[in-house]
Amino acid sequence: MAAETLNTELSHEASGHAVFPPFESRTFSSQLLWLAISFGLLYYLMSKVALPRIAAVLEKRRLTIASQLDDAAVMQAKAKDASDAQDKSIADAKTNAQALAQRARDTLAAESDAGRKTLEAELEGKLAAAEATIADTTAKAMANVDSIATEAAHAIVERLTGKAAGADVVASAIAATKQS
Amino acid sequence: MDPIHQFSLSKWLPLDVAGRDFSLTNSAFYMLLAVALVALLTIVCVDRNATVPGRAQSVAESLYEFIANMVRDAAGESGMKFFPLVFSLFMFILICNLIGFIPYTFTVTSHIVVTATLALIVFFTVLIVGFAKNGARFLKLFVPSGVPIAVLPLVVLIEVISFLTRPISHSVRLFANMLAGHILLKVFGGFVVLMLGLKGFGALTALLPFAATVAFMALELLVAVLQAYVFAMLTCMYLNDALHPGH
Repeated sequence: MAAETLNTELSHEASGHAVFPPFESRTFSSQLLWLAISFGLLYYLMSKVALPRIAAVLEKRRLTIASQLDDAAVMQAKAKDASDAQDKSIADAKTNAQALAQRARDTLAAESDAGRKTLEAELEGKLAAAEATIADTTAKAMANVDSIATEAAHAIVERLTGKAAGADVVASAIAATKQS
Repeated sequence: MDPIHQFSLSKWLPLDVAGRDFSLTNSAFYMLLAVALVALLTIVCVDRNATVPGRAQSVAESLYEFIANMVRDAAGESGMKFFPLVFSLFMFILICNLIGFIPYTFTVTSHIVVTATLALIVFFTVLIVGFAKNGARFLKLFVPSGVPIAVLPLVVLIEVISFLTRPISHSVRLFANMLAGHILLKVFGGFVVLMLGLKGFGALTALLPFAATVAFMALELLVAVLQAYVFAMLTCMYLNDALHPGH
């Protein structure tokens, strides 16, 4: 409050009684002058400097953002193309791989089929040979049976009768036995 | 303690021209300070090349867009010619109102001569632009369409009176709000000091006016911003009348 008492109070200056300061008409001229100066200056600064500058900044920012968004869209399109190409090459590779695998499977199957067939043929051959051997052996054995039976019959007849049996009789008897 | 004292002007630099007083007063100083602060915020703090604005620049840009939208909404695209005027008025009143909150400062807008001058700038701008742009059609502003012919003279009279009293309501609204708010704060502040002087527990009663002062301070802060907004908003609406006089 000390500073204020030092200053000359306009409202108390001339007349002894205090006038309500906002209605003190003797201060109007000064206020009007300085309001004109300061508001005029403010209007000048705002209209000629500040507002065009801020408008330019905002416009520049808008353009920057728009161009960067465009760039981003282009990049995105590029990325999408690349990813599509990638997807396509992956799909191609998959198809190729499947075809390759199928071919390999087919070859292997054919090979193993052929192998199996030759083996089967071989085995069949061996089986036939074995069967022939068995038949041969059986025939031989059967022939031996004849001679053994003849000998046995001779021996039995000799032992029983004490004299040798006629060979043709024994042979016919054996033949008759075999017939039955 | 005198709640009126805060509104008195003091000569800081006496200047007399032809018997008229043009001294640089505290009021003049705070007007110039307000201009300097607005220029600081909207010019110095704005970096032309900043894609990402700083804190102060964001404030300046927000204010720009806030007022630009207000002008565009209320007065249309053609009203943007008056954007610098509305912006200057809003910023000047806002900063003057806010400076007034600092103790020992002076509230420029608590003087009717200041607010009336600002209101008259708007009034004459509306008048000049209205006639320059629309000629006699500007008078249609006073003749609302769809009014029965019998009551038309009365309506026109009311419209004319309401138009002519615009600068009064426009200026007194701001002036009275600032004046009353500051008186209120000063009175309650004075109560705090008086009650603190009481003996013993009596001094504790100072808490009541202190709480009231805090509450009124918040309210007055709202009023200070709101009145700047109202002044600018009304300016836009009046300018809209000048640009588009048909109701």
